Amino acid sequence: MAVRVQAGDFDISAELAALRAGRADIGAIVTFTGLVRDTAKGAPIEHMTLEHYPGMTEKALSAIEAEANARWDLQVSLIIHRYGALKPADQIVLVVTASPHRGDAFAAAEFLMDYLKSRAPFWKKEGRGNQGHWVDARDADESALARWTKD
Amino acid sequence: MKLDLLYFAWVRERIGEPGEQVETNATTVAELIEDLRSRAPRYEAAFSDPKAIRVALDQELSTPDALLTGVREVAFFPPMTGG
Repeated sequence: MAVRVQAGDFDISAELAALRAGRADIGAIVTFTGLVRDTAKGAPIEHMTLEHYPGMTEKALSAIEAEANARWDLQVSLIIHRYGALKPADQIVLVVTASPHRGDAFAAAEFLMDYLKSRAPFWKKEGRGNQGHWVDARDADESALARWTKD
Repeated sequence: MKLDLLYFAWVRERIGEPGEQVETNATTVAELIEDLRSRAPRYEAAFSDPKAIRVALDQELSTPDALLTGVREVAFFPPMTGG
């Protein structure tokens, strides 16, 4: 289990190589990468800034990761989330899950993304030129969360 | 009671600073918001729509009815947009 919050970019291949090193028990690895798009609601985007709450961010991501490990049989989980100034096509977030079989890895990766989108303290500001606006939370993200709620 | 307040995203921009220490008699998050709103127009601008505000007490997500007893750090921010 690992969580990293960083300004710099990440290398997916290097991360996968590192988590597989020296072991042959993993049967499935799922990776999700979130990227900065160049449009939002039809308008061009030239830059994005991600603000976060140092301290709480790491705690919230670790709690979400612990919950995923409690629900599914994971051999490895990794969350890397960037903050600071980004531009279109830049990588924002990486989620990796590994398990003996694909079902748990797929489900856990989706769960991690659904939770961190609206429960980890990040805020996106995107814009063009010297203009920028804070991205509104999407209702779709809240409904995505609801499906994981236990009865 | 003394509290360390932190503001993020447009809450920070409307209030005009990333954080501050305040003295308050508020016992709940909702009372603290009312106290701040009465202090200056910039707080009123930040907190005018309470439904748009999220709160964390000592770095744990919380709710407006939560008690401030024993709390040191209160953060106010809009709904989160990570990922």
